[in-house]
Amino acid sequence: MNREKWIEILSEKWMLLATLLMCMLPLSMGIGLLIESMPLLQQYRLGSLIRNSAWSPAEGKFGMISFIVGTLWVTGLSLCMAAPVSLLVSIYVTQYAKPWLMRTIHIVMDILAGIPSVVYGVWGVLVIVPWISQKLAPTFGYSSSGYCILSGGLVLAVMSIPYILHLQIEIFRTIPIELKEVSLSLGATYWETIKHVLLRQARRGIIASVGLGISKALGETIAVLMVVGNVPQIPENIFQAGYPLPALIANNYGEMMSVPHYLSALMFASLILFLIICLFNSVSHWIIYKINRI
Amino acid sequence: MKYIPHLLRSRKRKILEENIMKSIMAITTYSIILVFIYLILVISWKGIPALSWEMISEIPSGGFYFGKEGGILNAIIGSIYLSVGATFLSLLISIPIALYLNIHLLHHNRIKGGIRYLLDILWGIPSILYGAFGFILMIVFHLQASLLAGIITLALLITPIIIRAFDEALQGIPEGLLEASYAMGLTRNQIAFHIFVRQAMPGLITATLIGFGRAIGDAASVLFTTGYTDHIPTSLDDPTASLPLAIFFQLSSPIPEVRERAYAAAFILTLIILAISLLIRLCTSRLSKYQI
Repeated sequence: MNREKWIEILSEKWMLLATLLMCMLPLSMGIGLLIESMPLLQQYRLGSLIRNSAWSPAEGKFGMISFIVGTLWVTGLSLCMAAPVSLLVSIYVTQYAKPWLMRTIHIVMDILAGIPSVVYGVWGVLVIVPWISQKLAPTFGYSSSGYCILSGGLVLAVMSIPYILHLQIEIFRTIPIELKEVSLSLGATYWETIKHVLLRQARRGIIASVGLGISKALGETIAVLMVVGNVPQIPENIFQAGYPLPALIANNYGEMMSVPHYLSALMFASLILFLIICLFNSVSHWIIYKINRI
Repeated sequence: MKYIPHLLRSRKRKILEENIMKSIMAITTYSIILVFIYLILVISWKGIPALSWEMISEIPSGGFYFGKEGGILNAIIGSIYLSVGATFLSLLISIPIALYLNIHLLHHNRIKGGIRYLLDILWGIPSILYGAFGFILMIVFHLQASLLAGIITLALLITPIIIRAFDEALQGIPEGLLEASYAMGLTRNQIAFHIFVRQAMPGLITATLIGFGRAIGDAASVLFTTGYTDHIPTSLDDPTASLPLAIFFQLSSPIPEVRERAYAAAFILTLIILAISLLIRLCTSRLSKYQI
């Protein structure tokens, strides 16, 4: 009996400790990044770091704006493609399609979500990059190497569709069938029911799923890094190379120890990314939490 | 009477609109499946010709990075060490947390909700930030880029993923089972590890496999923390190669033979991931027949 009791106490303490550790993790991550980026923040003003575009660590210039703009471009492009596509697919598989198509889409979604980002990168280099440099860019009258923000956006769209789709299918499934039946019995066609009843009911859920898609796309590193070109500039059109924040962090890990403030600048970039992602994440999860409670 | 043609016309237009939208949606759905098949085909078509026994059974030798002989055994073994270690370490934390949420905190809805909320946020943090955090931990604890640092970072990355998957399985257990176990006089520890773990075993195996798959394919977090080497690591302090980084480095090479190897390595990695998803499907269908 005594031994049983000890095991009980021990296991409960371990459970509590593990839970506390995990709950402290977001906070300690934020604080850790903040402390490591302190040397840079003490040397430079926050506003000038974010507003300047000159990036030359050896000369002590750490302007972040081109990286922030690059991140926004790639994320925005991928969302413009991924969000409508996944909305159309999720409506089709939940409302019109036969069960086997639903099952197939589920399998495809699971595997696509599991494929490592470096494989998407290889695919992007093999397929998307040549296609853009040889076909798409000349059609619009631009010349491009193919390593550009449009390639990054395309690869990212394929990667984020499974996540957005998964959430949206869940949302459309939870809408009570009675709402649909009422609308149909009033003589609305199936599509009108979807347009006026389902989409209105699912509005907040769709916003939340897109928010989560944004936070997923913001942090995607390797696949984007491989196709986006990595030139620190503010891109003027989508066929030019860009340089998103995660790519900056991943690309310079080797040389960051040798230049003063370099490490700190990369940690500051991580901090910006961390804050934006946490913001999108927490708002989206808050919306989902509210929906589930009703 | 004179309104009927008008009504008919609008009815026709409605049906036309429905049909147009329906076909757009159908085309989009099938094109997703096509993109998926295309992706797998491209990776196999480029990878299989470059694959050889030498590639998966030897470590890089002298002229490897100029297209000479050698293989990527170091990366394969390194990746397996990293992901097995990370999955094991992560299970030590995630099993207790998931059980704690579903047994001890079952009726504390606010605390439970708060913890799940935090875990959801952690789930969404990208691997590059875990890599940066792992790097900070390395600075704090004076670690070198090593197998150990990589395992710790990867474990942090996959813990929220494993908890979420296991937690979903545990939430499906009927509350009556918990009450019946209390009525039998079992302690909470016995309930957790003898009844709940057994009951949610398919969920636990699925969660472990998902975590393992994520760990083996992740490149951004090990970039900072494990370094890269041509040798097979012999201790926890050694830097370690990993499959995703091998692909990444070899693909950026200007020499075609080296790039070919990157395609082959990508094919191997894709095969591993496909095998894991197949295993997950088998587990969920086979094992769930023993559940209540």
